[in-house]
Amino acid sequence: MSGAAAQAGRAPQFTLRSQPVQSEIVTRHSPGLDQFFASLPGTPTAILDLAGANQANIEFITGLGHRIFSDDIARALENAFGEGPESFANQNDPARVEQFKSATLDFGVNALGGALLWDTLQYLSPPLLTETLDQLFHIIEPGSSLLAYFNSDERSALTPVCSYRIVDRKTVQIAPRGYNRPAQHFNNRALEKIFNRFNSVKFFLSRDNLREVLVRR
Amino acid sequence: MATTPGRVPEPYADPVRGSAASLGKSVVVKGQIFSREDLTIDGEVEGAIELPEHRLTIGPNGKVNANIKAREIVVLGTVNGNMEVADKIDIRKEARLVGDIRSARVVIEDGAYFKGSIDIVKPDPPKPKPQPAPVVAPPPAAPLQAAAAAAGSSEVKRP
Repeated sequence: MSGAAAQAGRAPQFTLRSQPVQSEIVTRHSPGLDQFFASLPGTPTAILDLAGANQANIEFITGLGHRIFSDDIARALENAFGEGPESFANQNDPARVEQFKSATLDFGVNALGGALLWDTLQYLSPPLLTETLDQLFHIIEPGSSLLAYFNSDERSALTPVCSYRIVDRKTVQIAPRGYNRPAQHFNNRALEKIFNRFNSVKFFLSRDNLREVLVRR
Repeated sequence: MATTPGRVPEPYADPVRGSAASLGKSVVVKGQIFSREDLTIDGEVEGAIELPEHRLTIGPNGKVNANIKAREIVVLGTVNGNMEVADKIDIRKEARLVGDIRSARVVIEDGAYFKGSIDIVKPDPPKPKPQPAPVVAPPPAAPLQAAAAAAGSSEVKRP
């Protein structure tokens, strides 16, 4: 989406809009989410949620006594890198990368007690992914967690871009809102590699095509 | 907000609350606004806004670049700034809001764009009203006193 469109507050547009949007909303058990919440400290902390602000996540996280930082990373990516096939090439532009980091990940060192990244990492090209994970490493507290989802179907050129709503600490509702082309596909070995700076990486197997990963700082 | 008879009211009109001050969409304000009544902004405001006891509505054409303190805020337009709300902030689907929110309640519609932090702050419990001094009942009269009182005597001799 262009900056002007973002200013107007329009819904984000994703690449290849001619593709039909899967309309089915899925409610699924999420062991990664459960362990993410189990890893939070008993005292109030700050949680970053990159799914885009929604009532369910706001209520659930603030109901636990935590502060929530909301952002819609799909829009942030479009604002910083544009849309369409050239957006991945733009992700190699250092000036745009800095703009993205300052707009989305501008927090102090150890400012956050956890981050819900959902499926955002798979839309970042390798250099931007490295920069993003480096920044996340700095802004979340040691011992706290990141929750990330990855589509495990490597044959599909397009993956649904979804919004994620927390139903309860073990359940998430997934609502597709478009399609996008992943910047890269990850197997378990590749995931271990991109998170090698972190303390631990835990994988959760699922029967659908969504692989859950809990990363401990 | 006044509505024309026979005209469909704007979605954010609240006829129950009666009239409110309003800034039309061609109005631009730079500075500080302090209001002791409800206020609707459909124009542009840059500065600071304070309505400690009232409701602020930012209409669909409203563009506010200001920190806001209010009892209640309804956002349909664009806001850049931090918001401190005693009661509730209602972010409608057309809204675009960038800033940090401190509020007792947050309602956000699907489709609204929000970027920032949300702190839920519990409202201060109402201060208890000062109670009038309790009326102390006189001690029950002794049987002898009661008898004397009943007889109209003003002197009581103790045995």
